[in-house]
Amino acid sequence: MIGTIVRRLLSMLPVMGVVAVCVFLLLHLAPGDPAAIIAGENVSPENIARIRAQLGLDQPVWRQFLVWVGSLLTGDLGQSMFWGDSVTSLIGQRAEPTISLAFTTVMVAVFLAIGLGVLAAACAGTLVDRLVMGFAVMGFSVPVFVVGYLLIFVFAINLKWLPVQGYTPISEGVAPWLRNLVLPSIALGMAYVALIARITRTTMLDVLAEDYMRTAKAKGVAMRPMLFRHALKNAAVPIATVVGNGVALLIGGVVITETVFNIPGVGRLVVDAIARRDYPIIQGVIMVFSGVYVLVNLLVDLSYTFLDPRIRD
Amino acid sequence: MTLRRFGRRNPTIVIGALLLLLVTAAAIAAPLIAGDPLLITPVDRLLPPSEKYWLGTDHLGRDVYARAVFGARISLLVGVAVAAVSVVVGLGIGLAAGYWRQVDAVVMRFMDGMMAIPAILLAIALVSLNRASVFIVVVAISLPEIPRVVRLVRSVVLTVREMPYIEAAVSGGSRGRKIVIRHILPSTVAPLIVQATYIAASAILIEAGLSFLGAGVPPEIPTWGNMIASSRLFVARAPWTIFAPGTLLALVVLAVNLVGDGLRDLLDVRLARRM
Repeated sequence: MIGTIVRRLLSMLPVMGVVAVCVFLLLHLAPGDPAAIIAGENVSPENIARIRAQLGLDQPVWRQFLVWVGSLLTGDLGQSMFWGDSVTSLIGQRAEPTISLAFTTVMVAVFLAIGLGVLAAACAGTLVDRLVMGFAVMGFSVPVFVVGYLLIFVFAINLKWLPVQGYTPISEGVAPWLRNLVLPSIALGMAYVALIARITRTTMLDVLAEDYMRTAKAKGVAMRPMLFRHALKNAAVPIATVVGNGVALLIGGVVITETVFNIPGVGRLVVDAIARRDYPIIQGVIMVFSGVYVLVNLLVDLSYTFLDPRIRD
Repeated sequence: MTLRRFGRRNPTIVIGALLLLLVTAAAIAAPLIAGDPLLITPVDRLLPPSEKYWLGTDHLGRDVYARAVFGARISLLVGVAVAAVSVVVGLGIGLAAGYWRQVDAVVMRFMDGMMAIPAILLAIALVSLNRASVFIVVVAISLPEIPRVVRLVRSVVLTVREMPYIEAAVSGGSRGRKIVIRHILPSTVAPLIVQATYIAASAILIEAGLSFLGAGVPPEIPTWGNMIASSRLFVARAPWTIFAPGTLLALVVLAVNLVGDGLRDLLDVRLARRM
């Protein structure tokens, strides 16, 4: 098992290598001179040249790439143009709110979505099924920030049940921490819930049509154990795949959610960097989020053998 | 099949398509049916919906209705353009990767890497490193969608190329390019149509997200995303400034998704995937 994990971890390297190449190529071969854009309007050519030298843009492209990959391997994501600090430490400082938000969202969303999906499959064709699927299509269609403002408007401004915005570190108590995360997690989780509920329903319907399910029913297994112990277990692998792939949705959503709810996380870091054209931060955050995505999907891959013992590598 | 019977069998397509038709017509006729979206009238700041301003005014006294109608243009344009660009490019790469094994390994590793990059962040990076324009927004949103199209096309090619009729074409002396275009390409059309609608829906959402974050098209062009962003501080005082464009945005994406789901059932495609 440990051998497998090590082997799979090593297999991440080429993918991350490709990510590095893609990010580098896309940003360096894109038309437009980053140095001129970072410098802004009305600047002297000397200033542009200085910024170019600071970014290493005066070097040949292959050299820039090697330097960048070299520092990536040592965990160095470069220096922020605005703050002067290293990007790695800036991300580190902002990590807690983002991890908290992601954690609460995933926990609630996965259980809720699987519950809804199983329910819809069990009641296939009925009103309940149609309601759940209708909700799923809505979840795909309403943008994160619209849901966010709707929640703020209803639950924070009118009903005053929850804080409008902001973040409280978990060190100041679990209850205030959670209170601040309820609305952002719902806003962020909508599309994710929709995605997982949908795949759960589809796979459950496939499994429920199998012969062994008819056997289980015939020998008198009760409804709930039949759905959860017999059927869901056999539907686990495709669901796990989507739980992993869906993290891409969450990553995009985190950036917007943190802006709506004014949460000082990694997403805010990147949004603030847009206006300041703080290019190393944007590049560094892309690398970190891509790494998270690849790692999560690796964990999902590893979970297959655990979820379905028939799968052996 | 008459139109009415089609409608009864595929209500989602018809409802979605009608809604889209209506919004498209409004977007095209915008100068005729709405006033100046840029006109600032400070005395009329933050007015609730009324006879004069159907959807109220924002904090600069601009007509929310006019801005919303003009905003539809960008959303629809970006949705269609991104779907077209990513399908055309992805189709080319996917056909090549699926049919010619030598290209396959390299291309697919590259696509795996591209898929790992979060779409919205890649778009933010590209948009903020270039002068803001509709063109760069379309390119930035298309790039992350391409790998999904490539994967879809490639999987169709891999299935089809084993079919006896391809073998027949090969033994009949057809050459590679002709086989791909004449015999394999047609099988990709149905799943691509469905995929293209999902891509359009996600492109509209991402464009709105980018505009909202201040990394979209130039700020002087009204879009649903930047309307919401500029009204952020007024959610309590003037909720219409946020929920009018927000509702339109959700409705349009919903309509596109409904058409996509309907087409998927109609064309019986299981390959096309959201995301």
